[in-house]
Amino acid sequence: MNILSLSEKIEASILTKEADTSREVSSGYTCDLLSWVMAHGREGMAWITVQTHMNVIAVATLHDMACVIIPEGIKVENDVVEKADEEGICILASPLTAYEISGRMHDQGIGAM
Amino acid sequence: MHVLREEFDVVAMDFTTAGEASATIKRLLKKLGVNSSVVRRLSIACYEAEINLVIHSMGGKLILTVGAQDVTLTSEDVGPGIPDIDLAMSEGYSTASEDVRMMGFGAGMGLANMARNADGFSIESKVGVGTRIEMVFRLTDAQKTEGAV
Repeated sequence: MNILSLSEKIEASILTKEADTSREVSSGYTCDLLSWVMAHGREGMAWITVQTHMNVIAVATLHDMACVIIPEGIKVENDVVEKADEEGICILASPLTAYEISGRMHDQGIGAM
Repeated sequence: MHVLREEFDVVAMDFTTAGEASATIKRLLKKLGVNSSVVRRLSIACYEAEINLVIHSMGGKLILTVGAQDVTLTSEDVGPGIPDIDLAMSEGYSTASEDVRMMGFGAGMGLANMARNADGFSIESKVGVGTRIEMVFRLTDAQKTEGAV
């Protein structure tokens, strides 16, 4: 499933303007500890986190992730969205909880690693 | 023979630029045509080292040396040093502050994650002086599985 279809399934808006939404999502992960994600992240992953600072983009970029999903309507600062666009990482913002988003992604056949 | 040597200064407690050196190093290695598995492992280890410099040191640098057979990444800092390296290497142990933990850092995975991703890892530290970490990544043998212990 690509990022655009995924965004519809989780009722998310796509905050980034230029990052490629046709990219395939290969797996999903939910975690807020950045060094934990550094150890377990994978290429093409959709990562759900409540963290919204600049280093989230750094971690996603280093792993060549497909997108970062911010749950529960948490606001993301513009400079973080701009950085994500620069690095080609999509940011999705969903009103749902991380638990609900994970469940819907799993239902759609997006597994763990 | 060194193909390339680059130094990157890392500023203590500057979270806005944290990760920039790792991103630059990743782009550089990609441009040089280094095997993508090696680039990924090195980028992860490099980011962990960079974040450690930001969180724990009083400032330091990352030195990238690309040779014909391997890439060496060295992290050098001026800082408090590590009194018990074995303890610091164990997963889950962290001395990070509450503020830093709130940002999602300080899981105590950094050093172990560096050692896991590098083909060679050495660390020396002097309390009250600083810490030096050297990581070697072989270019010829990309067999090491990413994340494998």
